[in-house]
Amino acid sequence: MTDTEHSAAIVVEDVRKAYGNLKAVDGVSLTVAEGEFFGILGPNGAGKTTTLEIIEGLREPDSGSVRLLGQSPWPRNVALLPRIGVQLQASAFFEKLTAREQLETFASLYGVSARRAHEMLDLVGLADKADTREGKLSGGQRQRLSIACALVHDPDVLFLDEPTAALDPQARRNLWDVLRAIQERGKTILYTTHYLDEAEILCDRVAIMDNGRLLAMDAPATLVRGLDAPTRVILERGSLSVVDAGALPGADDVTEDELSLTIATRNPADLLSALAERRALAGLQVRTATLEDVFLGLTGREYRA
Amino acid sequence: MTAFKSLARAMFKGFYRDKATLFFTFVFPLMFLIVFGLLFRDAGSEKTTIAVVGDGPVLGAIEESGILDLERYGTVEDAVAKVRLGDLPAMVAEDDDRVTVRYAQSDQTQSGVVRGIVSGIVGQVNQAATGQPPRFTIDERNVEDSSLKPIQYITPGIMSWGVAVTAVFGAALTLVSWRKKQVLRRIRLAPVGASTVLSSRVVVTIGVAIVQAVIFLGVGSLPVFGLRLTGTWWLAIPVFLLGILAFFAIGMLVGAFCKTEEAATGAANIVVLPMAFLSGTFFPIDQAPPWMQTVSKVLPLRHMNDGITDFLVRGRSADALVVPCLVLAAFVLVVGAIAAKVFQWEDD
Repeated sequence: MTDTEHSAAIVVEDVRKAYGNLKAVDGVSLTVAEGEFFGILGPNGAGKTTTLEIIEGLREPDSGSVRLLGQSPWPRNVALLPRIGVQLQASAFFEKLTAREQLETFASLYGVSARRAHEMLDLVGLADKADTREGKLSGGQRQRLSIACALVHDPDVLFLDEPTAALDPQARRNLWDVLRAIQERGKTILYTTHYLDEAEILCDRVAIMDNGRLLAMDAPATLVRGLDAPTRVILERGSLSVVDAGALPGADDVTEDELSLTIATRNPADLLSALAERRALAGLQVRTATLEDVFLGLTGREYRA
Repeated sequence: MTAFKSLARAMFKGFYRDKATLFFTFVFPLMFLIVFGLLFRDAGSEKTTIAVVGDGPVLGAIEESGILDLERYGTVEDAVAKVRLGDLPAMVAEDDDRVTVRYAQSDQTQSGVVRGIVSGIVGQVNQAATGQPPRFTIDERNVEDSSLKPIQYITPGIMSWGVAVTAVFGAALTLVSWRKKQVLRRIRLAPVGASTVLSSRVVVTIGVAIVQAVIFLGVGSLPVFGLRLTGTWWLAIPVFLLGILAFFAIGMLVGAFCKTEEAATGAANIVVLPMAFLSGTFFPIDQAPPWMQTVSKVLPLRHMNDGITDFLVRGRSADALVVPCLVLAAFVLVVGAIAAKVFQWEDD
C-alpha cells in the first residue's frame, strides 16, 4: 500500500457505467482524503447518484476500479459495511416506528447499543422528537433522522445523497450545522447536491459533474479564482450615466437594464472608493464569481438544477 | 439486541400499529365466522311445509313424525291452488281410505322428499293395519359425531383462510414496501444476511397466526356458536404451521414479482380469493361439483382446511397427517425455491 492510498479514504479510477445507450458514468476518477468533505455537484441526471452507488458497492461498474478504505466494495463486502454509513436519496424507514425506534433498529443491525442511538438523536437535534413516529416528522427532521441512522454505527466514511434536496432554507441551514458537526468528528463525507451555493460553503473540495463526466475538481475557492472572472458592482439605474460609469477608475465594462447598472471590474477597491467619493452607492451590490459561473464557463450553459 | 430480534420487533410494531392491518387480520375474518356461524346455526332443522286437507291415521302419523310442517286447508281445490302457485311443494289430502298427493313438478327436490315421506308413512300405516309385526326393521343413525354442527367445519375453514390471507399479504406487502422505500437496500448496506430478514418475517407471521387461531377458536367456542374441539386437536398444529409457511412462500413470490403495494394487493387477492371459494372456506366443498373438487385438491388451502378440520373436529388419528403435511411441505419447498430465485433486493 502506497502513502497516497493510505491517506485516501476513496480512490476511484476511470469508472464507467452504461444503461443501454445512456452513459450514466463515463470515465470518472477521483480521490477523497480521510477526513475530507467532498461534494459531487451537478444538475439532476448528471450521474451523481450512480457514481455514489458504485462507490458504496450497491452497483457494479462496467469497468474501472473503486477502492473504499483500501478494499473493493463490490461484490457486497461485509467486512467493509460497518465502516461506511449511507444515507439514501429516499428516506428508508420502517413503518410506524418512532425516531428512537428507527435508530435502535438500525443500531442493532450493526450490533451497536441503544445508547448510541440516543447520542445520534442529540447530534442531529431530534432529542425532543425521539418518540414521534417517522411519518409525523417534517421533511427536514426526516432528513436529519436518516443521517442519524447512517451514523448510528460510527462509520469512518459517510455517503449522503442529496441530503438537502426539497428542504426549506431554514431546514437546509440546520442541516449544514449537523454536517459540519459530523466533519468535526473526523468523518470522511462524500455527498452529492445540486445546490452549488451550498457546496461552496460546506465542501473542502468539489467535483463538478455533467453528463456522466467530471468537468473539474478542486477546492471551490480555487475553482472560482481559476475562472478569473471580473467582480460585478451593481447600482440602481440612474445613479450614474453609462458614460460616467465607464470613466471610473477600474471599470472594465458597463451594462444597463431596466433596473440596474452593472460595472464589471478587476480592481474593485479603486472602483468602490471612487463610487463612495461621488456618493453614488444607492442599491449597491457586489458580486464575485460563484460555482455557477464556473459551471457556465465549463459547459457553456447556465446552471439549471 | 440481535439483528433478528430487532427486525422481528420492528415488523411486529409496524403490524400492530396499523389499524387497517389489524382490521383485516382479526376483525374481517371474525365477521365471516360470526355471520356464517349464526346463519348455519340452525341449518338442517328447517322443515318442508306442505298443505293438508282432511284428517285420518296417515295425516296423524305425518304430524306425529314431525318431519314435515303442515298447513291446513278446507278444500282440496284451495290446497292444490297453493301448490300450483308455487307457494308449497305438495299437498296431501286424506278422505277415508284415500290419500291424495298433488305435487309441483317444478320443485322436484322438495316434492320428491314429500312423496317419499308420505308413501313411507302410508306403508307403515298399512302394515300396522294388518296387525302383524313388521318383518324388516331399519336401524338408522348418522355417522358423524352428534356434535358436528356447521360451526365445527366453519371455524377451521375461516381460520385457515384468515391465517392464509394474513401470511400472503404480510409477506408480499412487507417485501414490496421495503423494496420501494429502499429499506431493503438500507438493510443490505448493513452486515445482515437475507436469511435474517426472512426468518424474522416468518416468526412475526407465525406469531400473528397463533393469535388469530386463538381468537377464532375462542369466539367459535362461545356458547352461542358452540364449537367443541376433539381430543386430537393438537395434531392440527403441524398442518397449521406448514400451511402458514406455504402461504408465506406464496406471498414472497407475489412480492418478488410486484413493484407496487397496489399490484401486490391485487395479485395476492387473485391468488387467495378463488382459493377460498374452491377450498371449502365458505361452503363445504363436498357439495361442489366433481370438477371443482378435483381442482380444489391441488390447492394448498384445501389441504390446510382438511388437515385442520380432521384433527380439530373430526377427531382423526395421526395417520391423517400424511397427505396434508406432504402437500403443504411440497408447496413450501417448490414455491419457496422459485421465490428465492426471483427475489430482488431493489427495483432495476
